[in-house]
Amino acid sequence: MSAATHRLIPAQPAPPAPAKTWTASRVAGTLLLLFWIVAGIGLVYYLYAAWDIDKVERYAPKYRDGLIVTLTLVGLSIVIGAIVSVPVAIGRMSNNPVLSRIAFAYVYIFRGTPLIAQLFLIYYGLGSFRPQLEAVGLWGFFRDAWNCALFAFTLNTAAYQAEILRGAIDSVPRGQWEGAAALGLNRVQTLWKIIMPQALIVALRPYGNEIILMLKGSAIVALVTVFDLMGETRRAFSRTYDFQMYIWAAVFYFVMVETLRNVWNWLETGLTRHLKR
Amino acid sequence: MDNYLTLLSFGDQGWSDEIAWGVLITVSLALATLPIGLFIGFMIALGKQSEDWALRISAEIYTTIFRGLPELLTLFIVYYGLQIGLQLLLKFMGFDGTVEINSFMAGAMSLALVFSSYASEVFLSAFRAIPKGQYEGGYALGLRRGTVMRMVVLPQLIRIALPGLGNLWMILLKDTALVSAIGLTDILRQTGVAARVSKEAFLFFGIAFLLYLTLALISSIALSRIEAHGKRGEQSR
Amino acid sequence: MRFTKGIMAAAATLALTVGAAQAQDMMKLKIGTEGAYPPFNNLEADGSLVGFDIDIAKALCAEMKADCEFVTQDWDGIIPALLAGKFDAIIASMSITEERKEKVDFTNKYYNTPPAIAVPKDSDITDATDEGLAGKALGAQSSTTHSNYAEEKFPSADLKLYPTPDEYKLDIASGRIDAVIDDVIVLSEWLKSDDGDCCKLLATLPTDPVINGEGAGIAIRKGEDDLREKLNAAIAAIRANGTYKEINDKYFDVDVYGD
Repeated sequence: MSAATHRLIPAQPAPPAPAKTWTASRVAGTLLLLFWIVAGIGLVYYLYAAWDIDKVERYAPKYRDGLIVTLTLVGLSIVIGAIVSVPVAIGRMSNNPVLSRIAFAYVYIFRGTPLIAQLFLIYYGLGSFRPQLEAVGLWGFFRDAWNCALFAFTLNTAAYQAEILRGAIDSVPRGQWEGAAALGLNRVQTLWKIIMPQALIVALRPYGNEIILMLKGSAIVALVTVFDLMGETRRAFSRTYDFQMYIWAAVFYFVMVETLRNVWNWLETGLTRHLKR
Repeated sequence: MDNYLTLLSFGDQGWSDEIAWGVLITVSLALATLPIGLFIGFMIALGKQSEDWALRISAEIYTTIFRGLPELLTLFIVYYGLQIGLQLLLKFMGFDGTVEINSFMAGAMSLALVFSSYASEVFLSAFRAIPKGQYEGGYALGLRRGTVMRMVVLPQLIRIALPGLGNLWMILLKDTALVSAIGLTDILRQTGVAARVSKEAFLFFGIAFLLYLTLALISSIALSRIEAHGKRGEQSR
Repeated sequence: MRFTKGIMAAAATLALTVGAAQAQDMMKLKIGTEGAYPPFNNLEADGSLVGFDIDIAKALCAEMKADCEFVTQDWDGIIPALLAGKFDAIIASMSITEERKEKVDFTNKYYNTPPAIAVPKDSDITDATDEGLAGKALGAQSSTTHSNYAEEKFPSADLKLYPTPDEYKLDIASGRIDAVIDDVIVLSEWLKSDDGDCCKLLATLPTDPVINGEGAGIAIRKGEDDLREKLNAAIAAIRANGTYKEINDKYFDVDVYGD
């Protein structure tokens, strides 16, 4: 050690960093960022210039009501859909050919067709079956547009959630099942204590995506007379023809989606901490 | 039953010719959106992994905006707002004519904006799956960056990204149904008009359902063929 | 050299077309209409537009010696489309109201009819008042003076908005809504047809000048006074020379011009 320290030269300053040249990507990046900044300022300025206290007083409560309708509709359909998705997922994974075919058909139909087509079919289509529904006593439920929307959304999200659940359970290694069997646990205990905790971690991200997609997809109920956020926006636009109504709706939806996304990311990092190397 | 057959016939009395036209519009809208969306998505993915900080942030802003807005809202904003915006811009620059953005273009543009945001994420994860050694090998051979991208990276990229892009195509087919809200005569709108006028809502919306399912089926068969073709060089496990 | 020649050829063609366009003295007019509001404007199964509004528009164009072209547009987007330049005038039974005058200019009216309410034949609604309709589902077309009327005069009713009259007709036939509000002529014509078999007219409502305005007029972009003068002159002309009466009697038993 002492021999080496004699011959060491004193610490030299670091070499100069290479000059940052204006490459094509740097030019493009700066221009695009400038464009976004200008667009952002333009947007804020537009909203400021178009601010009309009468309109705000008139339509802000309606927007708030619409927001509540949206959140209620999406929240309820996700929760009920989660409950419905469990038997569907079980059907998909079962060995019984009849059950598995029915479950497959359900999932294929509801994932293969647009949500808006499903909504129209249930709203308008069931409307033309009024006598039959009245006989069964269900007309009271399907008469209301909100209920029809809830029904359509629940069926749709149940199909997607069933696939997420199935994929998550499939992703748990077979060794976990075998170990549980070796320990003498029955099927329910295995699922509840061993498989589901691991599966739900894998399923977390797709569930978050599904909630966000449902939130965005809920905008279409405006087309079947439900006054959610989008419906109130269209009503406000049809009275005022003022474009800022749509901009405000965009702002609200954007804030909701981004909040949800960031909350979900935070949840995911917290819950998968033990998996990080 | 006779009544149903008349309603479904081609020609003046029946609605099948209008619905066939709707199928044409739906398919052509999706096919028109696909190349634009793929190209923009690819560029955004390149931007997201660039060394320049400004480019990365701009790309992130783009995807955050268009993944954060409902597709229906994006459609309305592009349809109603873009035309007014473009006209203001042109008036500002001195040009005094009218710019016409019809429903098809508005639909294709907004669908492309949304598609490209999601596609950029698929491309990004595919980029990450390609080992850096591929790029380095290309440079070691003396190839330029563009050539490396075209001849070495892109073939591998497409193969890896294909399942994700296939998913996005299926979603695109379904999202085309939204353009019925801006008056474009796609499947949903034509069946809607038929349902309204003939009062047979279940029949016609059921047909719309079947048509979308058929398109989905054809697409998934085509996509699995393309994937199998892409995988033909791989060793079977 | 080839490049410059190409540019010059393109410029020459452009100049010729612009010159040619200006050389025409026939005024070209694009007219926007809805096509889903019978008997005033409706799209036939073969794609042609028919109705009172259409015939009046054609008469006005003949009077103004203009070359008219019709463009159909969904009602919700018809004013934004006018402002964006997709067409030059809206002839689609659009009522002249102060609210709309903030965005567009109007010509004089070309007809004026009151609103009315229709209910199913077996309905228990007896009077067309706020109390009579309290809690009932009332359907109207969105962005119309009738939906505004319903909001102002029948606030206790449960208002449902539809993109076109066809949709509220479907819903009242299936019993989803208990009443509909629209123009009295539109409802009467519908009730006379097979589709309207389900329902009957409850009452014709008194017009409110603030909500219903002065009647239906032609909407044009702000500042196009020249076009407005021409259209007003044409309306007065067809009123005077009997063309208006001819078209009126073709569709209706009553005089729809109003006072």
